[in-house]
Amino acid sequence: MRRFIIALVAVVAILTAAKAFAAIKVITTTEDLAALVTEIGGNKVTVESLAKGYQDPHFVEAKPSFIIKLHSADLLVVVGRELEIAWLPPLITQSRNAAIQPGSGGYLDASQTARILDIPTGLITRAMGDVHPSGNPHYWLDPNNGRLMAKAIQNKLSNMSRADAAYFAQRYDDFDKRLAEAEKRWTAAMAPYKGLKVVTYHRSWPNFADAFGLDVIGYVEPKPGIPPSPAHTLDLQQEMKAKNVKILLVEPYFDLKTPNAIGRDTGAKVLVMPPSVGGVKEATNYIQLFDYDINLLVSTIKQTGTK
Amino acid sequence: MSVVSIARLRRVACAVGVLVLFASGQAFAQASAASPPAGQPQTDPQQIREELNRLRAEFEAIRESYGARLSALEAKLGGGQTTGTAAAPTPGAPPAPGAPPTADVPAGAAGAGGPQSPLPVYGSTSASSKIFNPDIAVIGNFLTATGRNTVEPLPGFELREAEVSLQAVVDPYARADFFLAATPGGLEVEEGYVTFSSLPGGLLAKVGQMKEQFGKVNTLHAHTLPWADTPLVMRNLLGGEEGLSDAGMSVSKLVLNPWFFLEATGEVYRGSSGVFEASKPGHVSWLGRIRGYRDLTEGTNLDIGASVTRGYNELGSDFTTRLIGVDATFRYRPLRRAIYRRFVGRSELMWSRREQEDGTVPAFGMYVSGEYQFARRWFGGIRYDRSERAFDASLVDKGPSFVLTFWPSEFSQIRGQVRRTRYAEGVTANEALFQFLFSIGAHGAHVF
Repeated sequence: MRRFIIALVAVVAILTAAKAFAAIKVITTTEDLAALVTEIGGNKVTVESLAKGYQDPHFVEAKPSFIIKLHSADLLVVVGRELEIAWLPPLITQSRNAAIQPGSGGYLDASQTARILDIPTGLITRAMGDVHPSGNPHYWLDPNNGRLMAKAIQNKLSNMSRADAAYFAQRYDDFDKRLAEAEKRWTAAMAPYKGLKVVTYHRSWPNFADAFGLDVIGYVEPKPGIPPSPAHTLDLQQEMKAKNVKILLVEPYFDLKTPNAIGRDTGAKVLVMPPSVGGVKEATNYIQLFDYDINLLVSTIKQTGTK
Repeated sequence: MSVVSIARLRRVACAVGVLVLFASGQAFAQASAASPPAGQPQTDPQQIREELNRLRAEFEAIRESYGARLSALEAKLGGGQTTGTAAAPTPGAPPAPGAPPTADVPAGAAGAGGPQSPLPVYGSTSASSKIFNPDIAVIGNFLTATGRNTVEPLPGFELREAEVSLQAVVDPYARADFFLAATPGGLEVEEGYVTFSSLPGGLLAKVGQMKEQFGKVNTLHAHTLPWADTPLVMRNLLGGEEGLSDAGMSVSKLVLNPWFFLEATGEVYRGSSGVFEASKPGHVSWLGRIRGYRDLTEGTNLDIGASVTRGYNELGSDFTTRLIGVDATFRYRPLRRAIYRRFVGRSELMWSRREQEDGTVPAFGMYVSGEYQFARRWFGGIRYDRSERAFDASLVDKGPSFVLTFWPSEFSQIRGQVRRTRYAEGVTANEALFQFLFSIGAHGAHVF
């Protein structure tokens, strides 16, 4: 009998310990968030992203397979600013997981502490296209926002697993240091091209442009989310010629037909630049994403011979 | 702080405000007094520059002298509440024109033609009560029809439906969704239910008036269908275009397994949804559904379901109707080109067993459809319908449809459909339908 009790206690102890040491299961909506969670969480978390980096994060299908992933998640990290409004809310409702409902402890909107641009003021209507009333959701493309998001993730993970708080803090410091070094590198690489005029397909790059001194003078889309129109394309081409714009940035999930036509007409280089981790296979983490993008950008600028 | 000292403070602040006004006014006056030489065209630039420098120096001197006086005044105030400085929006102080732009604008002065600074988007404090308003949207579904159809004539122009949706989270445990539909037949609650999403055991419960989880088309709102009409099987076996929709309760459970998504749903309804017509309160209708889903690749998936429902029909307590449905959907949408290409192939088969005085009528109906997106805003589709009628299985309606849809944006669709229906009466109807769908407001995302 005594032996049985000891065995039982041992089993219970092992199970409890296993639960205590079980990794926090994190689901993120995008691969950028997943990369940041990995930076902070290390081996204390398992993380998976719903959308792929080469996918338009506005238009993700709300597949039932995502419901299963959300069902067992301890933490859901979202980009916020209504980026996922078209697909995430019904998934959260159907996840049958009280922990990750908005407002619960297992829900983190990473935009809460970030610096958000393009917050519209005054009248907002859908005549302006697919506007985001709470600001531009592509804010992760400013390295300093990456730092702020990592901090928010660190705070959240530390709250969820206080025993590992020191571990998360140490990993944050390490990430912060590596990011600061990388930022110096990036800023130095981009410094000669400060104020360079570029055109982008969608309004994905305001934070990136702000961080690295690019001047976005126009968009291939006449309005956010509205496909290119001939009249707008003509106007844009004229403006690009007048301002001698030689760089056109396109997100990997857009059709290249109109951008290529603009490139032929104006002599601008069309650059398919991933805005997210996983957008190309070289960009497997947050710092590599910027490494890739900035290398690509700088080498293309050199080719065009601007400045 | 005593009332007296507040009054005193206010007086001092007033004095400071007036002082600032005076200071800036004087500086302005001097500047304008000194400006005439600049207006003379023959003056050389060197002279202007000197004049400017002199003015700047004068202005600096004045600023310094008033700055000193201000500090003296601040000191007099005793350091107690002085951090706000003279420019702080002390009640009663007029908004000084020379004040720094960071100063708050008193609420009452906003309409007085003075401050032009942009107002914050979240508006006044009273607007905070609106934060809890539900998401509201209105969707118009306008249909025009041409062609000859003697069996089911459609009006030439009709606002088929104006659907108002009101959706919000109720509390930490539930959310509520209301869909009110104004149709030519009147206003009705199309759906109105609460969803409990925080139940233990992987359960999701819905309570209210709702569309029954029978198959696929039956669960969808008209504006989310890829056609301007509904398949004939809806009218023939599910009791009309509205389909099965009733007041009741629904519980569904995720059946977790390592292979695929599996969901089991059980529902109970009052039993009055067109097909069913309960004559006693106890004559509820039951429904069971099982749905499996699996990703085949990252861009393709398969969605298969089976549903069964049973209830009493309008003939009374001795007569029931049983319905069995099987549905399959194949989807293709490449992730890298998700906004340009997709294909949805779908079929539903339904069997009805209706008890009547002359025995049980077994009837079968089906449709098969495909929809292909061939450009960012263009979709082409095809559908074939074949359905017996629930009352008499020897009567069969059938026919094909061709659909072309244009999406100006996510919020509107324009659709053309040509259909040829061969009715059991021996009549063939050729029709062209045009549908305009337009949505305003914050309509929630649709279930996959």
